[in-house]
Amino acid sequence: MQRCGYVHLWLLGPVLLIFLISGVTKVKGDVAHQEPHPKQPSELKSNQTEHGHGSSAITGIPVVAFKWHHVETPYVIALWILVACVGKLVIESNHHVTNIIPESALLICFGFVLGGIIWGADGVQTFTLTPNVFFFYLLPQIILDAGYSMPNKLFFSNMGAILIYAVIGTCWNAASLGLSLWGCHMGGAMGDLDIGLLQYLLFGSLIAAVDPVAVIAVFEQVHVNEVLFILVFGESLLNDGVTVVLFNVFDAFVSLGGPQIDAVEIIKGIISFFVVAFGGSLVGFVFGLLISFLTRGTKNIQIIEPGFVFVLGYLSYLTAEMLSLSAILSIVFCGMCCQKYINTNMDERSVTTVRYVMKVLANGSETIIFVFLGISAIDKTIWVWNTGFILLTLFFIFIYRFIGVFFLTWILNRYRLVRVEFIDQLIMSYGGLRGAVAYGLATMLDENKIKEKNLMVCTSLIVVYFTVILQGITMKPLVNWLKVKRAAVTDITLVEKLQNKVFDHMLVAIEDISGQIGHNYMRDKWNHFEEKWMSRILMKPSARKSRDYVFNVFHQLNLKDAMSYVEEGERRGSLEFIRNETAIIDFKKKFGDDFSEVMPDITADTSADHSAMSSMRRDPVPSISLEMHEQTMNGMRESEDINTHHLLQQHLYKGRKQHRHRYSRSHFDTNKDENEVQEIFQRTMRSRLESFKSTKMGVAPPKAISKHPKKDQQQKMPNGKSRDKSKTNYSGDEDFEFSEGGNASGYEASGHSFPMRVTYRAGAGIENPAFMPDLDPLAPVQTPLWLSESEMDSSRVAPSQRAQVRLPRGPSDLRRLAPPRISTRSDDSFLQADVPLTPPPPATPPPPPYHYDGSM
Amino acid sequence: MGALQSSPGQPEYVDLKEKTGFSFSQIRVLHKRFKLLSHNGETLKRDHFNSIPDLACNPIRSQIIEAFFDRRNFRQNGEGPVDEIHFEEFLMVMSHFKAPSPRMIEERESVRREKLRFIFNMHDTDNDGTITLEEYRHVIDELLSLSEALEKDTAKSIADAAMLEVASTSMGHMEPDEFYEGITFEHFLKLLKGFEIELKMNVHFSMMDTPTFCK
Repeated sequence: MQRCGYVHLWLLGPVLLIFLISGVTKVKGDVAHQEPHPKQPSELKSNQTEHGHGSSAITGIPVVAFKWHHVETPYVIALWILVACVGKLVIESNHHVTNIIPESALLICFGFVLGGIIWGADGVQTFTLTPNVFFFYLLPQIILDAGYSMPNKLFFSNMGAILIYAVIGTCWNAASLGLSLWGCHMGGAMGDLDIGLLQYLLFGSLIAAVDPVAVIAVFEQVHVNEVLFILVFGESLLNDGVTVVLFNVFDAFVSLGGPQIDAVEIIKGIISFFVVAFGGSLVGFVFGLLISFLTRGTKNIQIIEPGFVFVLGYLSYLTAEMLSLSAILSIVFCGMCCQKYINTNMDERSVTTVRYVMKVLANGSETIIFVFLGISAIDKTIWVWNTGFILLTLFFIFIYRFIGVFFLTWILNRYRLVRVEFIDQLIMSYGGLRGAVAYGLATMLDENKIKEKNLMVCTSLIVVYFTVILQGITMKPLVNWLKVKRAAVTDITLVEKLQNKVFDHMLVAIEDISGQIGHNYMRDKWNHFEEKWMSRILMKPSARKSRDYVFNVFHQLNLKDAMSYVEEGERRGSLEFIRNETAIIDFKKKFGDDFSEVMPDITADTSADHSAMSSMRRDPVPSISLEMHEQTMNGMRESEDINTHHLLQQHLYKGRKQHRHRYSRSHFDTNKDENEVQEIFQRTMRSRLESFKSTKMGVAPPKAISKHPKKDQQQKMPNGKSRDKSKTNYSGDEDFEFSEGGNASGYEASGHSFPMRVTYRAGAGIENPAFMPDLDPLAPVQTPLWLSESEMDSSRVAPSQRAQVRLPRGPSDLRRLAPPRISTRSDDSFLQADVPLTPPPPATPPPPPYHYDGSM
Repeated sequence: MGALQSSPGQPEYVDLKEKTGFSFSQIRVLHKRFKLLSHNGETLKRDHFNSIPDLACNPIRSQIIEAFFDRRNFRQNGEGPVDEIHFEEFLMVMSHFKAPSPRMIEERESVRREKLRFIFNMHDTDNDGTITLEEYRHVIDELLSLSEALEKDTAKSIADAAMLEVASTSMGHMEPDEFYEGITFEHFLKLLKGFEIELKMNVHFSMMDTPTFCK
């Protein structure tokens, strides 16, 4: 607890803020209770001065008026949000503490402190968590976020188990707890309480459900393996349906009174379970589809895309609530259904926005919930202590959770392919955290019907504290001690993704062959259906094309490479990079020429490209880009060939058009003034280049010579057939130029088997292959830039013919077919900025500088 | 558990059970299926597989089917393709997809190797111990053959990229004139290290009635 003391020190900061708030409270308190506190003036003094001259009575024309009541409600709300967030900030600033005590527990403690202060100042608890606020304003975004970021495949492949835990497990918890408490009551363990069997069951049902908020908060800090996580998490989300039904049914039973309940009512209760659960899911599903469908058509007004997601998500929650269906299930399913479609339909920036805003909202309300859970405790009026009731509740909850999980897992393990291990079961039982949902439901109880409402409220608070704080704190050590399998931190590798795909298909095939209807079979059928109908209706046609999963991985890897390449280069500013940079610049120039002939406004796109790249954009039209790039390569190869050149331009033009279309607003230029943005961008680039240059100049120009020979390798090949080879050709890395002889023969021999060589390592620095391909082809045309100043020129010209023989470097470079387009473009600015500084290349046909001047 | 309930009435299964580790009920289910596929014949041919309707839309169909006719998957040290398989061989191939036994933890590594070997063999069509680029391209090509948006070249370049990745992860630093021949099994194991195949490459064989889906 010493650490806690430490935390409290840290909390001093926010405490200052709290004074502000307690001042506010005071004002409110005055109004509400009409009982002035003697201490008040001193405490308020500082605030008063802050607020200005409000306190002095104004008789004339108010120059400045203090209108507190005018802004009171929103002001208090905003202040609370601020306080909660500052509290979180302070808590998070110390990792030694959060490593040991989960954040949620700390936030509750923080709430205690705040509550204490308010209590001390007010003498009454003005702020508590009311069910209304909790269910309507705090909970939805957390659940929506959970649904939206739900790993669908994992979830559905464990669906059976999750449902079993959520439905049967929760019913078991509720029933066993209610009955046991009732039994104990009958046995006289709790003294004199006015609680009947039905009320016990009602209490059992509200406290039975594992709480999603608490579970997310604790488990996201303990990285357990994904199956375990999804089981606990999925259960906590889905059991809401059960809780709602149980709660409503028992609530109704309590109102009806014992004698009125007959078989019909019970059957109605059971039916209402299905209606509530499936109805809620259905509402969510419909809204999810609606979101997807709406985002399909937002091509022209992308800025509102994120709005749809939030508004419709919230509407699905409210609609379900309105129809008295399960609101949580509704919003979960809404998030789950739409995630796939909106992620492809929306612009990448909108996707980022949605993700980010969701996290902000979810995190914020989670913080507020925990803080208020803490604050709510500091209220004398709710505390009714009954040792027997409270301790027995804690005990039974704990025990029955274990019994339930172990029993259900035992059954499930008979059918599961992969058993849930004993240790996982332990963690799962131990992770049965109760949270604000239970508390919210408890405060919703009707005091007239349930005499001991306060006892129930305070018991549920204690249960929440016990589970969130104690179990939360011990969770991590327990996970470590039991050596629970953790989530593997895996990097996506292309091979793995591909194998995954192979693997899925293989399992389906085996199920087909063996005539089983396993879940692979079901998934396959669903995928087909989904592909055929839903995607067609809900997804932009253009997005549909690029959606291929493997291809995306491929593409992302490419982008990553390109970025790390640039970063690496900038970081070291070494010879290697300079050398490459030269080449890139050449490439740019060359490209620039092409572009500029077609499109004068090349620079505008450049900036957009840059932003796109930095956000790791998924290429919207990958196949086209690939294609284009190949064309480009071909074109380069025969740069003299006019036809090809023409072809190249055509393709570039097209690609660019499309590109511009998709990317038209870079994230920082919502003002649409591209010129402005572009200018800033260029300035930055120029200064960066400047610094490169200085480094470069400091060092003697690298013996870049070696690189030049390679360019020669471009063979004049007939256009058509060159595809294949083109790939292998341009890869040549400068460093290895001299090995060509050997390679050449190798190439001939290997023909189609494509021996691979990993070339880039030698250079140590920049080996990112992404750019390499570009270098070579260009080199012949424009290489000289600075090199031209050195001896390069001569060597460059001469060797070019021998290239024919040069060995293709094999597929090694191929990976990066697509990215160069993007990455290179992003570098355009280098070029542009740089060109004026360097002497124009001596021999090349199009004088590059002039375009650039224009753009500068 | 299934084994306990099923009466070991068919003695011919005892032998198969020994060899494959399937339970009697699983064997019975598969035998039924086998007869159905082979039209009550003794052997299965490729055509029988090709006529399974559900299989028709599987992009890697041909590879899977080949795997059933590959001696390497019969656990008998043979190699090369065969033209028809008996029930025993059918069962052998199927046994690669058997759910792991509860005591799997000890033999995890061997199960893993065995399952990966199956996939490896599927890719390594010429059985020379490496998956060459050519072979890998073929795989990717088939894999992507259903998505009309991607062209052949795309598949090829993806395969190339994957191969490059393999080369750089498994070989580390390579000399300029070195060639990467292809993925050997050892590399393959290493590559898919993070892939809990022993937990995933499993199929339930216990469902009894699937009448509607048998053609």
